[in-house]
Amino acid sequence: MTIGFALDSAIAVLVVAVSCWTIIARASFAAVVGFVSFGLLLTLVWVRLDAVDVALTEAAIGSGLTGALLLAAAARLRTSEFATQAERPSMALRVATALLSATATAALAGALFLLPSPAPTLAPAAAANAGATGLGNPVTNVLIAFRAMDTMLEKVVLLLALVGVWSLASDRFWGGPPSPLRGANTEGPLAFLARLLTPLGIVVGIYILWEGADHPGGAFQGGTILAAMWLLLMMSGVANAPATRFRSLRLVLISGPMVFLVIGLGGLWLGEAFLAYPVAYAKPLILVIEFVMTLTIAVTLALLLAGPPTREASR
Amino acid sequence: MNATVFGLCGAMAAGLGLYGLITDAQPLRKILGFNLLGAGAFLSFGVVARRGAAAGFGGDPVPQALVITGMVVAFAATALAVALLLQLFNTAGAATLDTNATSEGNDPPVT
Repeated sequence: MTIGFALDSAIAVLVVAVSCWTIIARASFAAVVGFVSFGLLLTLVWVRLDAVDVALTEAAIGSGLTGALLLAAAARLRTSEFATQAERPSMALRVATALLSATATAALAGALFLLPSPAPTLAPAAAANAGATGLGNPVTNVLIAFRAMDTMLEKVVLLLALVGVWSLASDRFWGGPPSPLRGANTEGPLAFLARLLTPLGIVVGIYILWEGADHPGGAFQGGTILAAMWLLLMMSGVANAPATRFRSLRLVLISGPMVFLVIGLGGLWLGEAFLAYPVAYAKPLILVIEFVMTLTIAVTLALLLAGPPTREASR
Repeated sequence: MNATVFGLCGAMAAGLGLYGLITDAQPLRKILGFNLLGAGAFLSFGVVARRGAAAGFGGDPVPQALVITGMVVAFAATALAVALLLQLFNTAGAATLDTNATSEGNDPPVT
């Protein structure tokens, strides 16, 4: 208990220190580095909170992909950074904001302390219905079955975000490939690493997807690892970013939400409810949804990071 | 009760993020602050999930699943915000939200 408490306190102090650094650091690049460390520390916190599924997602998406996205943006904007640094808000505004933030923190912390005890929980309900799907991981159960609507809509949000990013392309480049993430240097150590790591990464990604049925893991975490592998190939110049007009690419992008929707409507048609899986076929249907969804997540996340098309589509 | 420590941690990260979001003039730092605010909120919700530990689970799986969904949506929103910001930089030549600064600048380069 005491060692655990000391460890937790140390992690908590580090998390607060790193989030302070993220806000006060002068250079944006340093601030983003702070944010990435914040994400990695948060991963430890999630493990300590017994939420390993969330820890995997935090490491992969919250820290990894968001970090890569923001680091690239910070490097790109470095030249204009010092011009905007002059625009500091007045002292009065900063003091007022500090008071507002302190109030928000106090309110949030107070709300957590004033929660009713014993805490309301849906864990018994999730445990009681676990047999209906044949999956052992309660979080996967909630994501794919009990609250499948959230997960389906979230796939639509990902798609809308990608449409938003692509629509920033100028007319000339519509349908073309995004800019290469890095000057193609096919002889460097990065290319060697990409060739070595990608096969392993693909196996790990699929393993995490498959294990997600009974252990921590699942479509989000596996899909993010696959996305990272594809990004590594693109960054090292081993693979080129695809032209966004390819029909097969767009089919992969919409296949995740479409399969979800079709199976959901099937549940409605077969008499029970939207997204209700017939009990006899629950497990195979969930597997189909998860596999298609993993592919869609991987491709969507990688393309979100690659940005809008910036080159003409070759005909 | 280790969940309490992390609850305070989440609340402080959310407050710091809010401060950065409002006071920092640079759009990239605002995006960063917003992500910090979101991460703090997720962590607070994670503490609620931990308090709901029952039926042999280490935490209530429903909030945990909601946080996973939220993280993916937060990434999608961040990617869109960064793409908009880089577009602003490419067309206006400066990544600033100050309207006076951009209107007096050079004509946007045609890309």
